[in-house]
Amino acid sequence: MSAGFNPRRVAGVILRQYYLMRSSPTRVLPTFAWVAIDIVLWGFITRYLNSVGTPGMNFVPTLLGAVLMWDFFSRVMQGVTVAFFEDVWARNFLNIFATPLSIGEYVSGLVLTSVATSIVGLAVMLLLATGVFGFSFFSYGLLLIPFLLVLFLFGIALGILACAMVLRLGPASEWLVWPIPALLSPFAGVFYPLATLPPWMQWIGHLLPPSYVFEGMRAIVAGHGFSWASLIGGLVLAIAQIVAAAWCFAAVHRKAVRSGLLARYSAESVS
Amino acid sequence: MISTMQTRETPRPVLSVSALRKQYGSTLAVDDISFDVAPGHIVGLLGPNGAGKTTTINMILGVLAPSSGRITIEGYDVTTQRAQALARTNFAAVYAPLPGNLTVRQNLKVFGLIYDVPDLDTRIETLIERFDLQRFRDAKCGVLSSGEQTRVCLAKAMLNAPRLLLLDEPTASIDPATARDIRGMIRDIAADGHSAVLWTSHNMYEVEEVCDRVLFVSRGRVLLAGDPKTLPGQHGVASLEELFIQAANEPLSFGTQTA
Repeated sequence: MSAGFNPRRVAGVILRQYYLMRSSPTRVLPTFAWVAIDIVLWGFITRYLNSVGTPGMNFVPTLLGAVLMWDFFSRVMQGVTVAFFEDVWARNFLNIFATPLSIGEYVSGLVLTSVATSIVGLAVMLLLATGVFGFSFFSYGLLLIPFLLVLFLFGIALGILACAMVLRLGPASEWLVWPIPALLSPFAGVFYPLATLPPWMQWIGHLLPPSYVFEGMRAIVAGHGFSWASLIGGLVLAIAQIVAAAWCFAAVHRKAVRSGLLARYSAESVS
Repeated sequence: MISTMQTRETPRPVLSVSALRKQYGSTLAVDDISFDVAPGHIVGLLGPNGAGKTTTINMILGVLAPSSGRITIEGYDVTTQRAQALARTNFAAVYAPLPGNLTVRQNLKVFGLIYDVPDLDTRIETLIERFDLQRFRDAKCGVLSSGEQTRVCLAKAMLNAPRLLLLDEPTASIDPATARDIRGMIRDIAADGHSAVLWTSHNMYEVEEVCDRVLFVSRGRVLLAGDPKTLPGQHGVASLEELFIQAANEPLSFGTQTA
């Protein structure tokens, strides 16, 4: 019964998610179904564009690769938020937060759950994109690793932030979380260079770590010079955003304990 | 401070609540409440709806921060030593059922890990047997009856062999026979002298039967405290229920903290 970070408590959070997944196909399906549909849709779009575009031009690594990586980020974020929503839906906050479980252990459990579910999604996407549409992830070389790492870290940061938002605003605010990736995608330059955007959108884009990934990805495919410094900047930004999101969650939790919101969460009221 | 041990030798209290206050804006939900609960004792926290009982329990559970005052569990401060304090505590409440989409065993396994219970599988089997849950081991909690769910909540509450057990209306909405069984289980828990129990209920019959001591709370303050068997006579009424109604209707006539 130690007071420090206890891996068994984290395992308890993860095990709950595993039990839920194991007994519920409706929970397993979304981990890969929507991303698979995206890959199929964009796979055919790129195949069509290749057939009508300039001979030799290959849209697969730019368009399909971008879709795949953006979907990976979305899955990571939703992996965190859905694990949190399970406690919202089951009205389990009192049972969870009246235990020795710390906020760090709880959030770690959510993040590790997301690692598992997003790897499943990534594997399915890779299988489809490679097997059906001839996509090669390795066309990005070793940069694939930092690319995925930045997207993963940003997905975690945004997932934790979204959980903090739902904790603060109540269960109904869950609906604000689902469209977040779609809302950010125009600013992150998933399919086009940031320079395409008006200055104010570029400014926001520079605050989003994925924009450095997609700029780098396009530079490699086009055979242009690639800026490591820029990618490292994106990595540092993503790490800083995780720290900020974790601080935000802890602050929201502290406020919810002070105001009584946590004890009466389902009422969405502190009055 | 009101002691729960006036006639017996006084061991170190498991729960110590001191000058506890909780204020929401201009509303004072809990106003300067103090009491101790000793090991082996069952203390009843009684009062009308909105009196501040659940607010007090939420503060003891660390899910609600007091405006002022101090709560210690086995000497650990709930505010500053939360993990140590809550590792020694557990609870069952009618408004906090376990997730209905997990089976009885899965819920016990998950919460057993969260409470870092050693030799967990053996402990789970012991509790499943103790609370007569063998038939429901692999049933999802959501499909169980109220009484069965209460037994599962009690099994969860006993996972870490808590020094402090908080029970918020554990027999609400269950039939008299099941309620009697549950009262027996809780008496057995306290009887071994390891755990202290803080119990809220609106059933004065069971309070009188089970509790060693009661605290009457109204408008956030402790109005009366004492032995539930002798307290009505001391105040010139026939029963605990009558005393409850009188205290709830005329709280001012009881002053404050009549120990």
